[in-house]
Amino acid sequence: MPEGPAPAPVIQRLRVRYAKRGRLRFTSHRDISRAVERAVRRAGIPVAFSAGFTPHPKISYAGAAATGVASEAEYLEIGLTETRDPARVRDELDAALPAGLDIVDVVPVRAGRAGDAPVKPGAFTDRLQASRWRIRLDGVSYDDAAAAVAAFLDAGEIEVERLTKKGRRRFDVRAAVQALEAQSPEPDRRAAEAADAPCAILRMVVRHSTPAVRPDDILTGLRQVADLAPPSPPLVTRLAQGPLDAATGGLADPLDPDRESGLPSGDDAETARDRTRPQPGDAASADAVSA
Amino acid sequence: MPVQSIFPRLEPLLPRVQKPIQYVGGELNSQVKDWDEAEVRWALMYPDAYEVGLPNQGVQILYEILNERDGVLAERTYSVWPDMEAVMREHGLPQFTVDAHRPVAAFDVFGVSFSTELGYTNLLTALDLAGIPLRAADRGAEHPIVLAGGHAAFNPEPIADFLDAAVLGDGEEVALAITEVVREWKAEGEPDGRDGLLLRLAASGGVYVPRFYDVSYLPDGRIQRVAPNRPGVPWRVEKHTVMDLDQWPYPRKPLVPLAETVHERFSVEIFRGCTRGCRFCQAGMITRPVRERSITTIGAMVEQGLSESGFQEVGLLSLSSADHSEIGEVAKGLADRYEGTNTSLSLPSTRVDAFNITLANEFSRGGRRSGLTFAPEGGSERMRKVINKMVTEDDLIRTVGTAYENGWRQVKLYFMCGLPTEEDEDVLAIAGMARRVIQAGREATGRKDIRCTVSIGGFVPKPHTPFQWAAQCDHETVDRRLHALKDALRADREYGRAIGLRYHDGRPSIIEGLLSRGDRRVGEVIRAVWEDGGRFDGWSEHFSFERWTAAAGKVFAGQPVDLDWYTVRERDEVEVLPWDHLDAGLDREWLWQDWQDAVDETEVEDCRWTPCYDCGVCPTMGTEIQIGPTGKKLLPLSVV
Repeated sequence: MPEGPAPAPVIQRLRVRYAKRGRLRFTSHRDISRAVERAVRRAGIPVAFSAGFTPHPKISYAGAAATGVASEAEYLEIGLTETRDPARVRDELDAALPAGLDIVDVVPVRAGRAGDAPVKPGAFTDRLQASRWRIRLDGVSYDDAAAAVAAFLDAGEIEVERLTKKGRRRFDVRAAVQALEAQSPEPDRRAAEAADAPCAILRMVVRHSTPAVRPDDILTGLRQVADLAPPSPPLVTRLAQGPLDAATGGLADPLDPDRESGLPSGDDAETARDRTRPQPGDAASADAVSA
Repeated sequence: MPVQSIFPRLEPLLPRVQKPIQYVGGELNSQVKDWDEAEVRWALMYPDAYEVGLPNQGVQILYEILNERDGVLAERTYSVWPDMEAVMREHGLPQFTVDAHRPVAAFDVFGVSFSTELGYTNLLTALDLAGIPLRAADRGAEHPIVLAGGHAAFNPEPIADFLDAAVLGDGEEVALAITEVVREWKAEGEPDGRDGLLLRLAASGGVYVPRFYDVSYLPDGRIQRVAPNRPGVPWRVEKHTVMDLDQWPYPRKPLVPLAETVHERFSVEIFRGCTRGCRFCQAGMITRPVRERSITTIGAMVEQGLSESGFQEVGLLSLSSADHSEIGEVAKGLADRYEGTNTSLSLPSTRVDAFNITLANEFSRGGRRSGLTFAPEGGSERMRKVINKMVTEDDLIRTVGTAYENGWRQVKLYFMCGLPTEEDEDVLAIAGMARRVIQAGREATGRKDIRCTVSIGGFVPKPHTPFQWAAQCDHETVDRRLHALKDALRADREYGRAIGLRYHDGRPSIIEGLLSRGDRRVGEVIRAVWEDGGRFDGWSEHFSFERWTAAAGKVFAGQPVDLDWYTVRERDEVEVLPWDHLDAGLDREWLWQDWQDAVDETEVEDCRWTPCYDCGVCPTMGTEIQIGPTGKKLLPLSVV
């Protein structure tokens, strides 16, 4: 065993929502984890380390959008050896990260009181039941996209094939799709783009399942049912992920349960939340795709 | 004229290539300056993949120094992988910088840093993608000056036809001097065009412009003479030496990549130059004299570099790091300062010396003691005398014994094969040494789980070293000796399983030898290999020996020279060597004497601690040895 005292224990856990935007959507999950570790050090955030010969900072990630996919809603959790104001952590961590990896929201995980059942691992990822996606299809007209979406929604089952970690697998993509619609680009863009270059937007809510149904699986499905074949790579953005309201098909904020259980930093965090949280699907987050 | 970013055209293609993050830039501490406000614009290239090129110290230092100046802009570019090259050719995209994605051809100077000759084909790829004519003679006023630097630039003759200019030695001051020449020439309305600018650079005495030198040959293929063909151009071009490294504390703001790279740490050069006098070592010959950075500057650079980067590891770089006059204080001071912060310290390039165990212990305080590396380089005592690597086998065994006693479990030993005067028994002696290492480890610890890894590289004779005249060992002999060593280790029942052996076949070394000691006639071979698809020759999965031998056979047909002539042929004292007009400061007679001493197995001492042995560098270059001790100590940082 290494010499010296045991590492300092975790005093505070913070849940962090971050975005990967623009050209930084080409970062892989490993790239992001290195960047976050360095940013934590640069920002002087008192992160806790694991014990052992090669101590690792206590930062854990809840899933991750694929390389090349932008996201407005990725989540990580970080263990601190001292209590910090979440709003300050958000600002300092954001400043220490390269532009394009942006911290959106930081909330403390409510510490269990003595006698409480310990929080079971994976409890947070259990809240991430579904994702809202936006896919920009350059070179595809709205009419073609809408027709493909209609055909997709009409189908009872759409089997696609993909190489997974367990080898080549066939699975249904239709059942996981909670909502799917085609749109034209935002009005301000329409004028500029409709003239020479058609463009369609797909929006969808997809349940997290095993194997995961990814946006490109949906595109494979659309190609199968309606020959929808975008001429250039689609721009995919995760707009939100969280608990799915089965009745409305909407997604709740997965950090809300932490907020509801009482905030150590009170009003500050409340203000910060209002200031920085983009509403899922608002123009700002949608624009980030092509930033 | 506005220069547009090609990123909008590149971005849709990125999903089609491997590791697209390497092409998007945006690294922490990278910068994009206004194009139109800059008077002089540099594109800096490391001609290998981004993952290798980004951490390169030379490029990072020049990038920062140039960008600090008003009116000067510097951006970086790296070799694109073949999948990206194919996509770029398909869509007509030019070689671009990763900072602002500007086309390389739009810059004033295209500076390429060559650590190794195996990057030459990658230079041609970059030029071709950039739309810059491969041959310097075909370039016009609209093209950048293609400038080579780095250690390989001490003999740029094989790529002379593709270069406009080359600089030898430390880049900090000369990059700024070149910038001033370019700035003045542009401000004056670019008199006499490209030729006018190159003549100004050549006349300064510190920039080599190959086109201003004619090379003539004897009927037997040797060089007759290299002579300037213009008035005002010097007969010899000198290397550059930065004195007082404390005045140049770079990098200040290290680039922190998003992509994974080969060195994930903040590196500080603790001194430049080395006078140990290892005869195979080109770096130790061409970077003289030793110039130390002071302990206080090292401490300040480490502090700033870590806080600017967030790196968890510090590397203290130099050619023989434990030789810094205050390395003990540096190690202890840094270990004290960063204790408990999960910051690790590393000291690459150390000698076989018991003192280094103390240092290594300091650096691994509280952490795992996994592996220590030593470089005896030669297997037998005789071989080590030839190469002037002064360490006895008993010293080595004592040192590794101490290492094992201190909790280190694995020792790595570096050797070379194919050294001048080498016989089979010199290589087989490596097995004996490795056996003694394991034996010493088992005795010191009473344990059986002691391991030793033997790594062997092929020796390549380099310009500006005493071995520049030597015959390179043919690859068949190298391979035969390595196989005999492998068999000897495998047959050893008691120790063989505890010894790992790593080596590569000898053929790439022959091509490196051709490129290292080649002359201008080798340029056509490089071009033929490149046209045949040669790329990334430093990568075994891309390197093709057959492609090189076929190209050499074709190009040299009907000439008095061939691949063997350049590699396995010994030169005599009077032969004009292709780099004789390029001055590393080393006295040619001293080098020849050192070569004779090598053959006689006579060693030479280090001039830092013994009288000058007249290598010639200090008087020729107007430099001096700069070493401590300063007597200063590192203060702990006050925690905010």
